[in-house]
Amino acid sequence: MKVYFWVGVAGFLGAALRYAVGVALFNEAQLFPFATLLVNLSGSFLLAWFTTSFTKKIRIPSHFQTAIATGFLGSFTTFSAVSVETVQLIHHGSIGLAVLYIVVSLFGGLWMSQLGYRQSQKEFGS
Amino acid sequence: MTIWTVFLVGIGGFFGSISRYGISEFAKKRSSQKWPMATLIINLSGSFLLGVFFGLDLNQTPLLLIGTGFLGGYTTFSTLNLEAVRLKEAKQSKAGKLYLLASYAGGVFLAALGLTIGLWLARD
Repeated sequence: MKVYFWVGVAGFLGAALRYAVGVALFNEAQLFPFATLLVNLSGSFLLAWFTTSFTKKIRIPSHFQTAIATGFLGSFTTFSAVSVETVQLIHHGSIGLAVLYIVVSLFGGLWMSQLGYRQSQKEFGS
Repeated sequence: MTIWTVFLVGIGGFFGSISRYGISEFAKKRSSQKWPMATLIINLSGSFLLGVFFGLDLNQTPLLLIGTGFLGGYTTFSTLNLEAVRLKEAKQSKAGKLYLLASYAGGVFLAALGLTIGLWLARD
């Protein structure tokens, strides 16, 4: 049960950081959701980098591994915002931006995850 | 942004990530499938619920606590991509593509449905 607590604590920090990054770096009046895109792409790289091979070289207790991966990085990135922001763009009549947002999220997210995966294997061994 | 709003989002994220972890552990024990069904269910249900909350047009406090915090932390984008990359690495590209299609198409559709329901509920 201890692991649930640490996942929660890390999830607190991940969500708080996602919100703070969004408010600090981006203008809320902006139509295009740059803030979500930034946390999602960076978080996708970091999760793949951390979970692929990092822990083979650097020993961390398993409940902290779960806390960092599932709690912090899982909560730092978000999917529900992508869905709702896309619908809001469509609602505003910005169909082109909605399509662009989905395409960049989809392919950018995959690409960043693949990059983190490869980088982790290169850095820490496969 | 104040310490208070950051704290509200964090509290939501605390419970959101515990819920996600609980559901994925539950699914792991029940199912032998390699397909990432837990994340899909989480992301689709979270997209629907966030749509409803946006439609309800609540004030800032519940929106930060439940929307940005809980549902933001409950759903995840990084795990979705890692699972898709792992399916591809395991030579299951077709399953990976289907997973991505179900996530994005389902997420947008359910968010639109949720938003419609939320707006309807907020009318009276």
